[in-house]
This record gives sequence, structure tokens and C-alpha cells, in this order.
Amino acid sequence: MAITSIKNLKEFSTNNDRFEGAHTLCPGCAHSMIVRELMNCTDDNLVIASNTGCLEVSTAVYPFTSWDTSWIHIGFENAATAVSGAEAMFKARKKKGTLKDNDASVKFVAFGGDGSTYDIGFQWLSGAMERGHDFTYICLDNENYANTGGQRSSATPIGAHTSTAQAGTHSYGKKQKKKDIVAIMAAHDAPYVAQLAPNKWKSMAKGFQKALETEGPCFINTVSPCCTEWKFDPKDTINITDLATDTLMFPIYEIINGHELNILYRPKNVLPVEEYLAAQGRYKHLFKPENKHVIEEIQKNINEYWEMLQRREEARV
Amino acid sequence: MAEKFDLNEREVWDGNYAASQALRQAQVDVVAAYPITPSTPIVENYGAYVANGYIDGEFVMVESEHAAMSGCVGASAAGGRVATATSSQGFALMVEVLYQASGMRLPIVLTVVNRALASPLNVRGDHGDMYLGRDSGWIQIDAFNAQEAYDLTLCAFKIGENHDVRLPVMVHQDGFITSHTAQNVYPLSDEKAYGFIGDIVPVDDMLDFSRPVTYGAQTEEDWHFEHKAKQHKALMDSRTVIDDVFAEFEKLTGRKYNRVEGYDMDDAEVVIVALGTTVETARVAAQELREEGVKAGVVGIRVFRPFPFDQVRDMLENAKSIAVLDRSSPGGAMGAFFNEVSAALYTTPNRPLITNYIYGLGGRDFSVAEAKRIFLEQKANADAGHITTDIQQFSGLRGPHLGYFQTKRS
Repeated sequence: MAITSIKNLKEFSTNNDRFEGAHTLCPGCAHSMIVRELMNCTDDNLVIASNTGCLEVSTAVYPFTSWDTSWIHIGFENAATAVSGAEAMFKARKKKGTLKDNDASVKFVAFGGDGSTYDIGFQWLSGAMERGHDFTYICLDNENYANTGGQRSSATPIGAHTSTAQAGTHSYGKKQKKKDIVAIMAAHDAPYVAQLAPNKWKSMAKGFQKALETEGPCFINTVSPCCTEWKFDPKDTINITDLATDTLMFPIYEIINGHELNILYRPKNVLPVEEYLAAQGRYKHLFKPENKHVIEEIQKNINEYWEMLQRREEARV
Repeated sequence: MAEKFDLNEREVWDGNYAASQALRQAQVDVVAAYPITPSTPIVENYGAYVANGYIDGEFVMVESEHAAMSGCVGASAAGGRVATATSSQGFALMVEVLYQASGMRLPIVLTVVNRALASPLNVRGDHGDMYLGRDSGWIQIDAFNAQEAYDLTLCAFKIGENHDVRLPVMVHQDGFITSHTAQNVYPLSDEKAYGFIGDIVPVDDMLDFSRPVTYGAQTEEDWHFEHKAKQHKALMDSRTVIDDVFAEFEKLTGRKYNRVEGYDMDDAEVVIVALGTTVETARVAAQELREEGVKAGVVGIRVFRPFPFDQVRDMLENAKSIAVLDRSSPGGAMGAFFNEVSAALYTTPNRPLITNYIYGLGGRDFSVAEAKRIFLEQKANADAGHITTDIQQFSGLRGPHLGYFQTKRS
């Protein structure tokens, strides 16, 4: 059976566990939840590539590995290409009949953090998407280079404090808006693109399954709250994710074939963004009177983006 | 099954075409490539063979050379036969992944058509790119002409994929001089060529799900050193496999290759040591000078890595004066090749005189006349019993003489 049923979390969380617990990710890091969900949501064989980053350095330190499946890491930028090569080899060997098991059902997956996805690996990802390999790329978006001490990436939101976009007496933190990676990936005419969050675990698992079952290059951006650099208590990871989705800072939606947009989660009560910002140390400075305008701008951006998503959902174009 | 490709006993091929025919006969499973002058036709031809059914493989056209080698790494870890081609800037862009490929012990074959490195931008042949790969942990084999580019590419698969080696292999040829010059090439039949190379037997196959593998783990000060030492040992040990493969190839074809190619070295007093097409030019010059009574010889390095330190020493220790020719901008030092040959000779009791010539950068022609002049300078050294020129000099350069350092005499 290619797809695992998703009934309840307890059952789902113990299904086919191929991501071993003995990793060195921070307590409270959402990466492991997302990775575990991906690996639990299918019974197919997996070939996984990871870019350099938190996930990679925490799961394959010789002589240990957390990966009970085929896994490869080359560099910071090229997991999408590594998996492209493996997928091409799978096709070539299947044709020739030289695989160990020529009937094996195999899925190809690449993981990257936002630094390797939005910044340094952007070209490699774009190339792999354009070439149309049958794979799923999952970005673990924690909005900074957390592995190296929290530098800004092009996924860091406006107003956030990072070590290279600091808040101070003359600065409110990062000045630029976050890059819209989901729109860029959809613009590759990818068959399935989505933004998902681990607090909505069912929709995330379903989105993963959809991507794995869809032939061609699929892209999923997942919000992965980082207690270390976002500065919140590790026990609050899912609470923070709830705030991210309920303030619409991270809307949950999918885009099929580059144009068919479906919103996957509509909060009953949309919360003001202050609640999300106030829960994290990286936005603390925004609550000074002189930075009030930044919060207003963030809220305005959220409202406009949500409006755009709804209109695109209606328009189906 | 791949379509049959008809070959004549003798073909007229340039080096690029010769290399691509070797890739076809090896039935390479995946080529991930980003073409660059002058190596472009190698991967174009592979694509054409796939498009016309002459290879059952996958041609993955990526968006940069870095991605080309990244794709090759992923493909090779997935257990099949992998090759690609590059030159110059493309090689430079690949460098990060070259180290990763060798560190993961993946037997990728990279045909490198040597070309100068910018700036200034230059598409012609020199060895700047080849030198850039010299610490990357790859086996580096050097072809001096189109026939050799073909033969040695076949050998490269057999060497790299040998389970005692498991290392990636570069096969070098000189940009344009070899890559774009049509020459007689005697190919093997497809059956003979494939029979020689054999099927690839993967080690740590990512597509064998009965035995999950982790590629590209991290090691810090606790294990990194041991990994690198093991890799160095594998390179050094590959010498025997290279010799065996060359011997087997000779049995099959009558064409004999050696890790160091000596020409008229039995009694040579003055010697040129070089890489690439220059070896053939120097041989012609040596032949002509022999007729004039000059005991000239030539040493060509066939296997640049692992560097044949002992063979170089053994072949050169009785010479009187040696010119080591570096076709790469030395960047504020003696030529790297000169340093390596000198180091080998330093361990002999009879240390011959040795000087360094920087020549042919950016495809500047290297003529028989220039080779003769270099031989005669060595003769002057040998007669004088000491170095009569600068120890390093630029040869074939416009304008005033450029040279550095003089010998110390007591």
C-alpha cells in the first residue's frame, strides 16, 4: 500500500517510523515533527536528500544516522539536484532492469531549510523544478539561518531581529519583506505546491501524500518554528504555530498546476498579528512606540495577502 | 536494448567525439551536464545517442556545472554508471562538489577538456583547470591525443568502478588541440569495449532498500582525519589497479599505457617533462635533436593523480638537466608540476639540474622550435654543470624576458 491512512495522531505517529529519535535537533524544534510526518505518511521506499542545515547536521553525524532509509547530503545548495540525479538513475536502471528490486515503489524527497531554499540553493531548486523530475521538495522554513546562529535569510520577515539584521537604537531589524517562495514555485507550473504547518497535522500529512502521489516536481513550504532563534519556550512550538496560522502570518493553502488555488485552513477567529509577534523574543523591539509602524505594516501585508489568496481561490486562474 | 552503432576499424575523430564514443560504449546510465566550450560536443553527443536509441540512459541537462556534478553524485550514489564533461570555468564551479564526490567514494568519470581559467576570459587550452583539481581526491589521467582520449576514457570506468578503488576519475585532454583536431582513431567494437569495462557492480546502492545507506555524513575532529587518510590510501593503492587495467587494455588492443610515459629515456641527458599535447611536440623535437647528437628524452605524465613520485624519480635520476613545463599560471610560486618533479628528484643521490618553464598559457602555441630551444638550454646547463638560466622562466611570452631566481653555487 502506497499510502498510509491518517485516522488519529497516536496511530499515525507510530506508523512506519523511519526517522529515529536519536537526533540532536533542539528540544522543541519543529523540523523533526515535519520530517517524521513525511516519512510516516507513506509506506513507499524513500530516497531523501538534505541540504546542509539544522536537519542535516543533527541527523547524520558519523558514526550515527537517524535515517532508516536511503539518505544523501552533498552541500548547502544542491539537495534538489542530488535527488534529481538519483531519480534519473532510478529511471535508467528500471529501464535496464538492474535494480535490486525492479518493482519497488520509490519516492524521491529533498529537504532544505529556508536559507538553502530561498537563498543559496534557489537556482538548484528552480532547475530541478523546471526539469520536471518526479520528486517532492520540502522547505523547513524557520525564517533564518538557525544552524549558524540566526542570520537573516530572504525568508526572514520584515521587522524580525536576526544577528545580521539587528534591531537597535537605529534599526527595527530586517527591512525587507519575505520572499514569496510559494508563488515562485507555482510559477514553475509545478503540478502541486503548498504551504503547510505542523499544528494542522492532518492537512500537512494529506498535503505530503498529495505531493508524493503527484507525478512531477512538487514543492511544499512548511512553517517550522524555531524556539532557539525566535526566542520562545520549547514547549510552545505548536502554540506558536497556532498563532502563525490563526493570525494568517502563515496561511495554509495549495496551488495545483500553477493556478488552482485552494485555501486549506480558514481560522474561525482571525487573531491580530500582535499576538503572534508578542509571543516571540525576535519581535520584542517592535512593541516600542517608535516601531509601531512596523507592526501596522506587517498587519497590512497579511491582510492584503489573505485578500489576494481568497480572490485567486475564487478566480481559479 | 540500445541500437547498434556501426563503427569502422579506423575512424577519423576529434578528441571530443572520441570521448563521447567511449561514453556510448560504456553505456553510461546517467549524464548530468552543463556544456561548456571546448568540451560541449561530448555531452551533446551523449544526448544525441540517447535521443536516437544508441544508449539506454538518462541525459539530465542542468542549469550549471555545480548542478551537473551534484546530479552526478546523486546518480552515482543510486548505483549506476555516471559520467559528465567540463572545462575551465565550469570545472571551477564544480570544485566544491568534486571534493564531495571523491569523499563519498563515487566512481564518476569526468572528461575534462583543459582550458584556461579567466580572467582574462579565454576559451583556449591550458592546464589551469587540471591543476585546480589536483587536491580534489580524484584520479587524474592525461590523454595526449584523440586515440588516447578514447582509450583512457574506457579505462577510467574500469579503474574507478573497481571495488578496491571506488574513486572518481578525470580524463584530461587539451582544449582544441586534442578536442577539436580530427585524427585517426582505432575504436574497439561495442562488444569488445563493453566486455572490457564490464557491468558496474554498485557498492552502498541508495536504490537497494533492503540495506539503507547514509551518504554525506558529518565528521569533525574525531573522525574526519581517518576518513581523509583512508581516501588518500585508496588513491595511492589505485596505482596497482591502474597498472592492471592498462595491462589488460594492452592485451586487448596492443596499445600500451604507463603511468609515466618515457620517450628515449634510456640514455637521455636532457629531458623535457610535460603534460598533454606538449609531450608529443617535445618528442618530435627530441627526435630531431637526437639526429644532431643531443641525447634528448621526454617524460610525459600519464597519471597526474595519484602522482607517480617513484616512477618519475626512477626515470629521471640519471638525466643531467631537466626542464619541467607548467602550462598553468603559477600565481606567485614555482610551477606546481615543477615542484612535484623536483621533490621526487630531491630524494635521489644524483640530483639532476632542474628548471621550470611556464608556457602556452591561454592556448599560446607551443612549437617544435620552442621545445628544441628548451632542450638546448638544458644542454648548456649540462655542459656547464650548473643552471645557466633563471630557474623559472616564461617561454613564448611577448616582450622582455620574464624569469626568477638563480642557482646558488659554492
